[in-house]
This record gives sequence, structure tokens and C-alpha cells, in this order.
Amino acid sequence: MKALARLYVALIIFFLYAPVLVMIFFSFNESSSVWVFTGFSFDWYTGLATDVTMLNALKHTLIVAVLSAVISTVLGTAAAVGITALRNKFSKKIIMSVTQIPMMNADIVTGISLMLLFIFIGKLLGLRESLGFLTVLTAHITFNLPYVILSVLPKLRQTDASLREAALDLGCTPLQAFFKVIMPAISTGIITGFIMAFTLSLDDFVISYFTCGHYQTLPIIIYNMTKKSVTPDTYALSTIIFACVFALLIMYNMLQTKSESKKAAKAQP
Amino acid sequence: MKKTTALVLSAALFLCLILSGCGYEYAELDLRSEFSRELAGTTLTVYNWGEYISDGSEGSIDVNREFEKLTGIKVNYLTFESNETMYSQIKNGGVNYDIIIPSDYMIERLIREDMLAKIDTSTLSNYDLIEKKYKNVYFDPENEYSVPYNVGLVGVIYNSAQIGEVEPSWKSLWNEKYKDMALNFDNPRDAFMTAQMILGQDLNTTNPDDWEAAAELLKKGKANLQAYVMDEVYGKMETGEASIAPYYAGDYLTMAETNPDLKFYYPTEGTNIFMDSVCVMKNARNYEAAIMYINFLLEPDIATANAEYIGYASPNTAVINNEDYCYYQNEILYPDEEDTPPVQYYHDIDDEIRKKYEMLWIDIKLY
Repeated sequence: MKALARLYVALIIFFLYAPVLVMIFFSFNESSSVWVFTGFSFDWYTGLATDVTMLNALKHTLIVAVLSAVISTVLGTAAAVGITALRNKFSKKIIMSVTQIPMMNADIVTGISLMLLFIFIGKLLGLRESLGFLTVLTAHITFNLPYVILSVLPKLRQTDASLREAALDLGCTPLQAFFKVIMPAISTGIITGFIMAFTLSLDDFVISYFTCGHYQTLPIIIYNMTKKSVTPDTYALSTIIFACVFALLIMYNMLQTKSESKKAAKAQP
Repeated sequence: MKKTTALVLSAALFLCLILSGCGYEYAELDLRSEFSRELAGTTLTVYNWGEYISDGSEGSIDVNREFEKLTGIKVNYLTFESNETMYSQIKNGGVNYDIIIPSDYMIERLIREDMLAKIDTSTLSNYDLIEKKYKNVYFDPENEYSVPYNVGLVGVIYNSAQIGEVEPSWKSLWNEKYKDMALNFDNPRDAFMTAQMILGQDLNTTNPDDWEAAAELLKKGKANLQAYVMDEVYGKMETGEASIAPYYAGDYLTMAETNPDLKFYYPTEGTNIFMDSVCVMKNARNYEAAIMYINFLLEPDIATANAEYIGYASPNTAVINNEDYCYYQNEILYPDEEDTPPVQYYHDIDDEIRKKYEMLWIDIKLY
């Protein structure tokens, strides 16, 4: 039974990681073929350094991902605090469903409708060019928001409402009460929301595709290679991104265990 | 924790900013024409197919960067993956482009819809390099709107180690000897072309019965096919998973580098020819720079670099007659008169017929 369980876990991990491993493997391929392995080389990694189109796209992707994650985390946290503070149950319900609808909506619908909206506004303002950096950023913030709200809300629900009242009693201004008492209590929710938003924005294709204009991000550039064939420097780049994300996750986990053991140590005496 | 995340991210960002600045050594270009720097500081937006310009990889010339260095004009280079997505992008009006590089039938449509600016070829000092037979093509009979960039023919690739010699006809894709080893295009226009050629039709026929007949033939052939593919054809042919497939001649050369068993022929019935040409948008913001860029693309050194990178045939005589060009006198890209099959261009087909064959195509795919 135990062996079976282990096998099951092993299989799951295999299917999760096999594609990534294959990609990493082919990023060291010598020839430009992305199917037949002819020899080991670092050519695609060194070649990446001169590929301005790809690096530019990576830059765009990272800028949009970081900015949209930060902004949507701030907005989303504020929204979550507001929603919890609502007394009227009915309006709370309505607001909750309104925030959830964009999550259920197909990306392509969100993408096209945002594009139409941006072009419409652009025409109203008499702009020659309505799509670009600002529109793709706005679009990403829009689809990130519900995820942030949903990861912060449960944390807020778990926090004792009297904590804030106690802080106010002890002389905090409402703002201080939020930053000194509430925020530390919901910080894990905020960080989860941030990471969710960041990764969602990083690999979004459909919505960016319709709203980016000149500001093409990495997934779009890779998609546009498919008429000829995708070159292995894409694999090299993806491998680097994967390694970075992996390192980030390990670091995050290490820091978390450290702070937890610190907390435990503090609680002991 | 957030601090560390931000730190790592900004480090990554910094790294790629640095990377994008180094690693490329400018080539010493032997230029035929003069390029002034009077437009330095302006921006030029170029909208081209993905992987369709020499970009400095593997020691090649980075065309856009050389142009920036020479003229001081910043090139904003963007890509698309099909004529249709390019069309929807320029049509919905949210974005401005200066230069676009569509294919023949799309240029015909854009000219009809008055979306292209006229190009006075007498201002292009390198225009005389364009081979005569690629001038005055049907979609631009007076050479007013477009300058040829690449041309190519569709042919059939087969694996000689697996199936030996093949009859040089489109019918080979229907040959039951190659059951489950044949591929065909996964887009209606090209797939229909293979059947239309066997039936001896005009590729741009407006007779619905012709399309019905071609669809019948494709349905019959479907039992023989392993799959309908586009760029998966590279993998399937290189690894030997499939043995016979139609694709572009230039792409065959790339595949043959990996798998030398792959051979190629032009079907005797005839085939489709395409031409991708450089055009300037009517609402271009930097028309002068666009003209300069087109002239730069025609420069012998630049055109050769592009032809070697892309692997399609060049319409530029300075490339064709260059003995150092890696596909110099390549008989697949530049077949002799007598080896060239009869060719037909695609034309922009009116909506009714397009709907007709798209319906038929769905029918075939579901068959």
C-alpha cells in the first residue's frame, strides 16, 4: 500500500516536471533543431545575450508583472479591508460576486472587451494610438485584483476584530492600527496574493495579446515565432526563468521556516 | 520577505538590461548607398513576421541595430505570426505602424482598402537590385506600394531512407503506400491548394463546385494522413515520425541540416508561390525613415544576411549573384527555368468564397 502511494506521488511529480526537464535538456542542444539532440553546448545561452527582441520582450514582461502585482496587491488589500468592514450583508454579497465574475470569465472575453474599451476611450480622447504600456498594465491589474482580494479576505476573517479596537483604545490612529496590527496579521495572505498576481501576469498570453499594442511581452514574441519554428534560445531563456523562480521559492520557504522558528523561540520562555 | 522578492526581481531586471546592451559586435558594412543622419532621434515602428530578420544570433548581422547605429533612428521592432492577425491589429486602429511586411494576397486587400502609402521607387537608390521578374507582380502592377522582401515556393519533403524515391506529384500525398506517414497543411488555403493542383484548378477559382471537388479529394486523402500540421512539421520530419509532407522550400533546407535523409521535389502539376513585400502604412508617422529603412533592407550586405538567416529565396540580385552567399545557386531555392513548376499566386478571395471553403474545411477536419 505504501509502495503504491509512493509510486503515485512519484508519477505526479514526474508528470509535473518532465516537460520542464525536457526543455532544459534541449536548451543545451548544439544544433538549431528543437527535436533531435546532436551535442552539448552553451550556444543558446550566449546567443541569448545578443537577441535584443527577446530580451526586450522579457524586460516588458517583468516590468508589467512587477508593477501590476504591486499595484493590484495594494488595491486588492484595501478592497478586502473595505469589504470586511461592510455591515450590510446584502451589499457585501453583491460586491463579492462582482469581484468574482472576472475570474470566471474566459480570458478571451476579458481581452477583447478590454481592447474595445481602450480603443473607445482612446478615440474619445483623440489619441492616435490607444494601445500600449498603460493599457496592458491596466489590463493585468484588472485580472489580478480578484485573486488578491480572495487571498486576503480569509486572513481578515480569521483576525479578531477586537484586535483593531484594542489598538485604537491604546491610542493608535486608525491608520496606525491598520499598519501595526492588522497588516502583520494578514501578511501571509498579502504575500500569497502578490505571488499569485505576479505569476498570473508573467504567463498571461490572451489578454496581453489584445491589449499590448506595441508593448509586446515574452509569451507573444514566442507565439509569433511559430510560423517558422521556435528557436532553442527560447528554451534557454525559459530555463533561466525557471531557475530564478525555483531559487525564489526555495528562498521564500527558507525565510518562512526561519521566521517561524524565531516565533517559536520567542514563545518558549 | 517582500524585500527579498523585490530584490531578486530587480536584480533579474538589471541583468537583462545589461545583457541587452552587450554581446553584439557591429559588422563592417560595405554600403552601396548613402544614409543620412538627419532623422536621428526619431522612432520607426516595424511590424514583421516572427523570426523573419537577421538578428545577430550565431555571428550574423543584427539588421535593426546596424540601422540604428547608421542613422540614429530608433527601430521599434514588432512581430506577428499570420497575415490575418497582422490585419486585425492594423484594422482595429489601436496601434500605429510605419512599416509592415505582409504577403501577396494581403497586400492586394490592403491596397484595395486604401491602407498603404505610395512608395516612390525612384527615391530608393537600391531598388534597381530587385530582380525583374519580381517586379510588376499582380497585386502591385505598377510597383507603387510594395518592395519585394522574400519569395518562396511550396514543395514536398520526403524521407528517402524510409520511403525511397517518390513520384514528383501532389498525388504522392494520397498514395496508399505512405498510409499514416503523410502530412498536410493545417490551414484551409494551403491544404486546398494541394488538392486543387491535382484537379488542375485555378487556385483562386470563384466557382463553388471547384471548391467542393477539392474538398471531396481532401476527404478521400484524409485516411492516408497522419496529421494536419503547421510548424510541427519540423519535428515530425526531422525525427522521422512522418515520411512525406508539403512545406516551404526554404524550411526544407533547415530540416535537411538536421536530417540529411530528407529530400525535396516540386510537384509537376505546379505549386503556389508567395511573396512577402515591404509596405509603408498610410498613417505612418515616420514616412521618411520608413523609406530609408526599405533602402537599407535592399543593401547587398543586409539582404544577404537576411536571406541566409531566413532561408527563403531572395528577390535581390545582389544576393542571388553573391558567390559567398550560403545558398548561392542553390537549386531548390533558385531552380532553373526548366525545373520550375508552373506557379500560381494566391489572390485575395471575396468573402463569400472564403466562407464557403472555410465551411468545407471544418467539414474535412470533422470527417
